[in-house]
Amino acid sequence: MKRARLSLLLLWPGLVTLSLTVVPVLLLLRISLAPQDPSAPWGTGVSSEAYASLLAADSLRSLGRSLELALSVALISLGAGFPLAYCITRMRRRVQVLWLVFLLATLTLSDVLIAFSWQVLLSKRIGLSKLLVALGLMDQPDSLAPSVGGVIGCLVYLVIPFTVLTLYPSLSQLDRGLIEAARTLGAPAWRSFTSVVIPLTRVPAVIAFVLSAVLTLGSFVPPLALGRPEHWPMSVLIGNAALAGHNLPRASAMSVLLLLVTALLAWGAAQTLRRRAA
Amino acid sequence: MTRALRGTFLALLALFLSAPLIVVTGVSFNGNARMNFPPQHVSVIWYGNFFSDAGWRSAFTLSLVIAALSSLVALSIALPLAYAVWRHGSRAARALQALARISFLLPSVVVSIVFLVFWSAIGHAGHIEDTILSHAVVFVTLPLTTIGLGFQSIDPALIDAARTLGARDSEVLRTVIRPILLPYAICGLVFVFILSLNEYIIAYMVAGFEVETLPIKVFNNLRMGFTPTMCVGAVLFMLLGVLGFGVIALIGDLPKLLGGRSQGNG
Amino acid sequence: MSIGLEVRQLSKHYGAQRVVSDVSLSVPNGEFVCFLGPSGCGKTTLLRMIAGLEVPSAGRILMNHQDITDTPVHQRNFAMVFQALALFPFLNVEENIAYSLRFRTINAQQRHEMVRDLLALIRLPDIGQRRIDQLSGGQRQRVAIARALAQEPMLFLLDEPLSALDAKLRDHMQVELRQLQQKLHITTVLVTHDQREAMSLADTLVVMADGRIQQIGSPTQIYRQPANRFVASFIGRSNLIDAQVEDRWRVNVGRASIGPLSVPRDLPAGAGVTLAVRPEDVRVLTAGDTTPNCLPGRVTFVRDVGNEIELRIDCDGREIIAATSPAAWAALSSTIHGVGSIGVLLPPESCHLLSS
Repeated sequence: MKRARLSLLLLWPGLVTLSLTVVPVLLLLRISLAPQDPSAPWGTGVSSEAYASLLAADSLRSLGRSLELALSVALISLGAGFPLAYCITRMRRRVQVLWLVFLLATLTLSDVLIAFSWQVLLSKRIGLSKLLVALGLMDQPDSLAPSVGGVIGCLVYLVIPFTVLTLYPSLSQLDRGLIEAARTLGAPAWRSFTSVVIPLTRVPAVIAFVLSAVLTLGSFVPPLALGRPEHWPMSVLIGNAALAGHNLPRASAMSVLLLLVTALLAWGAAQTLRRRAA
Repeated sequence: MTRALRGTFLALLALFLSAPLIVVTGVSFNGNARMNFPPQHVSVIWYGNFFSDAGWRSAFTLSLVIAALSSLVALSIALPLAYAVWRHGSRAARALQALARISFLLPSVVVSIVFLVFWSAIGHAGHIEDTILSHAVVFVTLPLTTIGLGFQSIDPALIDAARTLGARDSEVLRTVIRPILLPYAICGLVFVFILSLNEYIIAYMVAGFEVETLPIKVFNNLRMGFTPTMCVGAVLFMLLGVLGFGVIALIGDLPKLLGGRSQGNG
Repeated sequence: MSIGLEVRQLSKHYGAQRVVSDVSLSVPNGEFVCFLGPSGCGKTTLLRMIAGLEVPSAGRILMNHQDITDTPVHQRNFAMVFQALALFPFLNVEENIAYSLRFRTINAQQRHEMVRDLLALIRLPDIGQRRIDQLSGGQRQRVAIARALAQEPMLFLLDEPLSALDAKLRDHMQVELRQLQQKLHITTVLVTHDQREAMSLADTLVVMADGRIQQIGSPTQIYRQPANRFVASFIGRSNLIDAQVEDRWRVNVGRASIGPLSVPRDLPAGAGVTLAVRPEDVRVLTAGDTTPNCLPGRVTFVRDVGNEIELRIDCDGREIIAATSPAAWAALSSTIHGVGSIGVLLPPESCHLLSS
C-alpha cells in the first residue's frame, strides 16, 4: 500500500528525469562514436573519427583556452565575490534583501542580454572608453571589444552572483561569536577574517570556485560575441559544430571531453577538501 | 575591513554590476537609432517599436508562454518528488532527486547538446515542447530546493494538532501542508519562470530555428547589427527579473530561501 | 463517579527500548489528572498514545467503556494542547479556534457563535482577527486552549502547555486552567515535570519514572505517604535516612531509636529500611538534649532563603536537611555559640518508612 503510493508519486518525476538526463547522456556517448553524415544528424555505425579530430591542434588549443578562461574567471569571481558575500551578510536585513534581489536579477538575466550590454558598454561611442579618455588613460575613444579582457569581464559579471549566492548560506550562518572571540583575543579585524572566516568557509569557497569554472566552461554567447575567433574556447566550437557545421558527432565528442574536464575539476576539489580536512 | 574601504569596495562592485544595465537602459531611451549614452533626445519610440513589431512581440509572448509552462512542469516534477523525500524518505526518491539536480550543474553548452541529441534521436527536434521540457528538467533543482525547505519548515506538532482536531490525512494535506508550502512553491515557480525566460543556448539548440524566443531573437539580431529595439527587450527582462524576485522577497523570507539566517534569528 | 478514561497494561517500545511499560490507570469522568515525572519517563508518550498519535505496542485504551485503541486520532474527539502550542501561523485567531469545526456540519452562524463564546470563555473577546504572531505568550496559551475546546471534546489532553511561560504568568495560567476545567467539568489529563504545577492542578497525580507508574494518589497522599524512594525524592525535598528495624514499633538510626512507628509485620529486627522525612518536619534543638527521637549533629551549612532557614546537619556522617523558621533559628543559634552542635528531632508522626 505504502510502496504503491510511493511508486505512484515517483512515476512522473522519474519518467521525465530519467528520460531527460540518463537517456540523453547515454545517447551523447553513442553519437560521439558515430560517423558524420551530411544528410542526417549523424551516420550509422561506429567510428572514432570525432574523437580523432579532438587531437587536432586547434581543438587542443581551444581546450587550453577553455581551462585558462575558466580558472581566471573563477579566481577573479572568488576574489571579489567572497568579500562581497561577507559584506552582504553583515548588512541590515532590508539592505541585504535589496542586494539579494539585485544579484538574483543579474544572475538570471540572459547571457545574451548581458553580452549585448557589454558590447554596448565597450563600444566606441559609449561608456567605458569615453570614461577612460576622460581619466586620461586612453588617447581617444575606441572600441574595447572584441578582446580577451571583454570576454573575461563579461564572464566575471555573469559568474559573480553565483559565487556570492553559493557563499551566502555559510557566511550568513557563521557564528558571529567566533569572530568576536578572535577580536577579544587580540586579532585585528582583517586577521579575524583570515584566521576565522576563511577557514570556516573553505568548503563553500571551493564549491563556488568549481561552480564558476564549470559555468565558464559551458558559456557560449559571451566569448562568441565579445571575443575574436582566436579567443574562442571549446564551448563555442561545440555550439558551432552542432549548429553551423552540422557535425553532431564532433560536438558530442567535445561535449564528452568537457564532461570529463568537469568531473575532473569536481574530483580535484573533493580531493583538496579531503586532504585539508584529514 | 575599515568602513571606508568596505564602502568603496561595495560601491565599485555595485557600479560594475549595474553599469551594463544602466547603459542599456539609457540607450533604449535614445531618440535616434544610434548608440548614445547618456541618451540624446529622450523618447520611448523604441518601446513603441518593440510592441508594434509583430516579430518582437511574438518572440516576447513565446518566451512568456515557454517560461510559464516549463515552470509548471518543473513544479509537477518537484512537488511529488520533494513530498516523497519528506514523507517517505525513500532511497529511490533521494536518488531521483540527486539525479534531477545534476543537469543544472553541468556546462550549459554540454547540456544543450545532450538535449539536442535526445530530441533529434526521437525524431522530435524543433518543437516548443522540447524547449519547455528541457527547461523544466534543467531548472527543476530550484523548486526542489525551495519546496524541500518548505517541507522542512513544517512543525510536526502542527500536523499532530490538526489530527487531534479532527482532520484526516487528506484534510491535513489540504488545510495545513498546502498553506505552509504555497509560498515556497510560488518561489520555485518564479525562479524557473525567470530562468527559462532568459535561457538562450538550450532553447537555441533544441528548437532555435522554429521556436524563436526573445533571447534567441536578440542574439540573431546581434549578428546583424545594433538596433535600440534590442535594448527594450533587455530592459523588459531586467524589470521582470527584479519584479519576480521582489515578489519573492515580499511573500517569502528571501535570505532563508537562499540558505541564510531567517527573519527570526537574523 | 463513572470511569471515563481507562488504560489497561499499555506498553510502547521502539526496538529494544521500552518507553512505556505495562501502565494501567483509570480516570473518573470530570477529574483532573496529572502525569508527573522527570523528562524521558514516558509520560508524553503515554499521553500521545491516549490521543492516538502513537500506536501502542501492547495494551488497550478505553473511553467510557468503549475500546478506542484502534480508533484513528481524528475520530477520537479528544482535544490536545501541545507543548509548543502548535497554533497555525497561517490562520488568524478566529480561524484557529474554528479549525475543528471545518470537519463538522455546522453553519456559519453557529460557527461564529461558538468562536465568540470561546473567546469570551478565555476572556479575550476582541482578538478574533489578530494574527498569531501578534499575540503575547499568555494570549497564545488561551487561544490554544480555546481551539482545543471548540470540538467539545470528551477528553482534554495537555502536554506541558505552560512550560514556555515565565514563572509569574505560569502561576496565573494554572489557576485559570483549573477554574476552566471545573467550570466545564471536563475530564483532563495534563503532563508535566513541574511538581508544583501538578500539585496545584490535579485531583490525582500519576508519578512516573522509567516508563512505569511509581504511585497514583491525591497530592496529599503522594506528599505525605510516598510509595518509594523515587517518589519521596522527586516530590518535594526529602531526607532519606538509612535505618534498621528494632521491633514492630521502632527503628534505629545510628544509636538513636525512633518511634513509635508502624513497622510492617514482615520485616524482621535488623532489616534495612529507609526513613523518609521532610525538611520542614525536622526540628532542631539545643545540643545534649535528651528528648526521645533525637540525633546529635553539627550544623555544616546555613542558607537563608527568605521565608525559611535551611540547615545542613551532619549526624555521624549522615546529612540531614532541616528547614526552620527564621525566628526559631535566631533563638537556637544564640545558644549554640557558633560551635554548631545541636540535636535533630525526627518526629515519628512525620516519618514515613520505605522498604530499602
